[in-house]
Amino acid sequence: MTIETDVAAPATTRKDWTSDQDVRWCPGCGDYSILAAVQLLMPELGVRRENTVFISGIGCAARFPYYMNTYGMHSIHGRAPALATGLAVTRPDLDVFVVTGDGDALSIGGNHLMHALRRNVNLTILLFNNQIYGLTKGQYSPTSEMGKVTKSTPFGSLDTPFNPISLALGAEAGFVARTHDMDRKHMMGVFRRAHAHRGAAFVEVYQNCNVFNDGAFEKITSRASRDEMLIQLEHGKPIRFGVDGHRGVVMDDQGRLKLVEVGGENGVPEEALVVHDEARPDPGLAFALSRLSLGPYEPTPVGIFRAVDRPDYGSLVDAQLLDAKARKGPGDLTNLLRSGMTWTVEKTP
Amino acid sequence: MTSSTGTPRQVRKVVEIDQVVIRFAGDSGDGMQVTGDRFTNESAIFGNDLSTLPNFPAEIRAPAGTLAGVSAFQVHISDHEILTPGDAPNVLVAMNPAALKVNADDLPAGGTIVVNADAFDERAIEKAGYSANPLTDGSLHRYKVYEVPMTSLTLEACKPTGAKPRDAERSKNFFALGVISWLYQRPTETTIRWIAERFGRNPVVAEANTLAYKAGYHFGETAELFESAYEIHAATHEPGTYTNITGNSALAWGLIAAARLGNVPLFLGSYPITPASDILHELSKHKNFGVRTLQAEDEIAGIGAALGAAFGGALGVTTTSGPGIDLKSETVGLAVSMELPLLIVDIQRGGPSTGLPTKTEQSDLLHAMFGRHGEAPVPIVAAMTPAHCFDAAIEAVRIALKYRTPVFLLSDGYLANGSEPWRLPSVEDLPDISTQLATEPNVTLPNGEAAFWPYVRDPETLARPWAIPGTPGLEHRIGGLEKQDRTGNVSYEPENHDRMVRLRAAKIAGIAKDIPPVEVDDPTGDARLLLLGWGSTYAAITAGVRRVRRAGGTVAQVHLVHLNPFPANLGQVLRRYGRILVPEANLGQLVKLVRADFLVDARSITNVRGTPFRVGEIEADILDELRALGGRQAPAASPPANEMVASRDR
Repeated sequence: MTIETDVAAPATTRKDWTSDQDVRWCPGCGDYSILAAVQLLMPELGVRRENTVFISGIGCAARFPYYMNTYGMHSIHGRAPALATGLAVTRPDLDVFVVTGDGDALSIGGNHLMHALRRNVNLTILLFNNQIYGLTKGQYSPTSEMGKVTKSTPFGSLDTPFNPISLALGAEAGFVARTHDMDRKHMMGVFRRAHAHRGAAFVEVYQNCNVFNDGAFEKITSRASRDEMLIQLEHGKPIRFGVDGHRGVVMDDQGRLKLVEVGGENGVPEEALVVHDEARPDPGLAFALSRLSLGPYEPTPVGIFRAVDRPDYGSLVDAQLLDAKARKGPGDLTNLLRSGMTWTVEKTP
Repeated sequence: MTSSTGTPRQVRKVVEIDQVVIRFAGDSGDGMQVTGDRFTNESAIFGNDLSTLPNFPAEIRAPAGTLAGVSAFQVHISDHEILTPGDAPNVLVAMNPAALKVNADDLPAGGTIVVNADAFDERAIEKAGYSANPLTDGSLHRYKVYEVPMTSLTLEACKPTGAKPRDAERSKNFFALGVISWLYQRPTETTIRWIAERFGRNPVVAEANTLAYKAGYHFGETAELFESAYEIHAATHEPGTYTNITGNSALAWGLIAAARLGNVPLFLGSYPITPASDILHELSKHKNFGVRTLQAEDEIAGIGAALGAAFGGALGVTTTSGPGIDLKSETVGLAVSMELPLLIVDIQRGGPSTGLPTKTEQSDLLHAMFGRHGEAPVPIVAAMTPAHCFDAAIEAVRIALKYRTPVFLLSDGYLANGSEPWRLPSVEDLPDISTQLATEPNVTLPNGEAAFWPYVRDPETLARPWAIPGTPGLEHRIGGLEKQDRTGNVSYEPENHDRMVRLRAAKIAGIAKDIPPVEVDDPTGDARLLLLGWGSTYAAITAGVRRVRRAGGTVAQVHLVHLNPFPANLGQVLRRYGRILVPEANLGQLVKLVRADFLVDARSITNVRGTPFRVGEIEADILDELRALGGRQAPAASPPANEMVASRDR
């Protein structure tokens, strides 16, 4: 969301945005890295702390608001998008962030997330996906891989997991992105774009829970493997990845996306590659890209899948209010009370 | 339609009566609600006092002619002050056999039935479950039955419009209205004007309805079917401007007024549910008042959005009925912990579970009191009459804003859809209920720095400051975890939790000194029996008490608007009475609260039929109790039963 202000916000540092509370995440938790990225980013955005609100539900991710020196609400499990909708719609002057997790947003909170995206409420939604329930000590989550053995699934999970990017696109989200906790620069870049987007911006962050699900994303996010395993999506550029960009994405004549070798003797020419287009009105390409990877063990797209503009919900609400005032005049309470059929009883002389 | 001698009769006489209760009944598609509504309006304009009770089925449109599809509208009009829609009708207008079957038993012997004779064909009679035609088999011998061929006369009257018979037939409800309007000598101009306006975009329908209405009126006048017409004079009303208002409309307008008076923007997060949806509809029309309404994806999102809006400085409101209150419980608890102003409106209906969506009950009181885990006290305000919903809304908002707390506002289906004349208040006379937002730091730290702590309380109200985003220097985070007294930081410390639970309880209890003490209606000053009630039972209890006093009995009455906390003097008042009866449309909920709090032997009178109390049943219970008490407070003898006048409120 871009909030225009007449007066430039005062310059701030990371320290200004950091609250006085001791951070209570487990040592080694990926959340520290995400928190650092946000705290470093906020001073660069030129926004005011008093106009910034972080809203969370329940979970480890949901402790986030306590560590930001802004306004914040730590609400109830799954309901942050609902509270955030009420706030964003009544206070269009605010930057409202929702910080949530794979359990909070995709299990109990699935319904509210869907509708906030569908309505395009002006929010920046950060979903920390660690594929586990951390706060309650290790049950499986809606993004956990099938067969996962956890406290509540000692014989292995039977659930097909969600793909949060596909889900968000299916819920009509206009801005959908993915990043991960091992690349601060990447996170800051994605968060910056999400913040700038007016409307609902959905960002999935692969986050490592080192206590209950350690290494879930290591195959694709570690420094050693990420060049080969992360497909960086960049608008307007052919989709290439791997060391020296030796791999790329093509679309076959059946409309299916495939990973191929690029260049060299046996590879396809660069012209054959799909050129990423985040602004395409139809989410079909973004959806196909989201299906390239079945999980964080094979090459996975990251970056911004989709970024299209459409009016945000709060602006539409405000427009209706303004239009009503223009047509009917500002509301008059006396006229309202007398708007039905009325009659008068005179004083008896 | 001439007499047996073949000569036309004289113009009938007009008999003066002081009141009548009329029930219009027909198929769901027959337009009985419109008919009842129009008759009500004619009578309101004329100046009668009145009270209405629509009674419609939950289904949108059950198959035509079935018992399940019967829809009715009861209206009580009078030349004096009345409170209830009437225990039983004096007159039943039945548009088809099913309507007759469902409603005839409610009519006392000697009552009047006006039927649409054309609807009584064999098939319809059978569908209604009759084994023989009730009009001819003598089963209605206790009543005065008038058979009017409404359908054919309507078709005849509508011929000039060129409308197809199937369409013209739909105007028969206006024919019925015309007949009854003549029978009670109602003015006709308002209905004719209303038809023109309402059906303005469909001139054929407008013309058909107008012709049918006039034909019905004319029929009454010339057909010589009725021995006389009736006149009910205007009642004496306090001078002023009046409108006829339903509870839901009054409540919606009350919320708009309250937001104005509180100087806060109004935000409604709601989900459609019978019988509360009309409040969402009404508020969504008034965008020029700056009212924002969100039809949320579910009940929880509705209250969640309202609470989020409250964090930003709006008056957050959510409206629902019983099932929605269940779903909203967790969020109400969060609001208790976060201490933000929030209004939860419950238009109670028959429960449990899906229950009776279109029938009335007042069985959510204990849920409002206790329906959250943990110690989570919430103030409760309950409306007494349709018009009182306006004032109750303002009072509930006043408490929410001043004490930074969620507040339950209780109404019910009877108040929501029932109507009464309302003397419009002057806007200047409405109270200022605005409150201050925090703008400055409120503590000085040991190092001399100023800081803002969100849980430093006002010493008098124990309310915490309301600091909204956008205010520089007051940045803070609040949530559902227990928090440290004053700082608001998360705290699990044992002594702190004990202190915070007690502080939150004390804040709500302290509201007692900010609400009016109960006033006891005890004209002789020495009553030994007290009737205690809350909510919509006000009408029937008051009418019952008046009847008993008219007959010479002595009884006192208290009606509560504030259910939590109770007014400060309630215990003292209750302990003065040897006997306390608590009529409730539930199995005994207020009675439990007063017994627990005050150790008084209050007893229940309960009704869970889904319809309001009958004045007669409350009157009978009062008389029984007075006789049991002995002494001289019971009336000397029972008044003779007068079956023609089914109900008297005076």
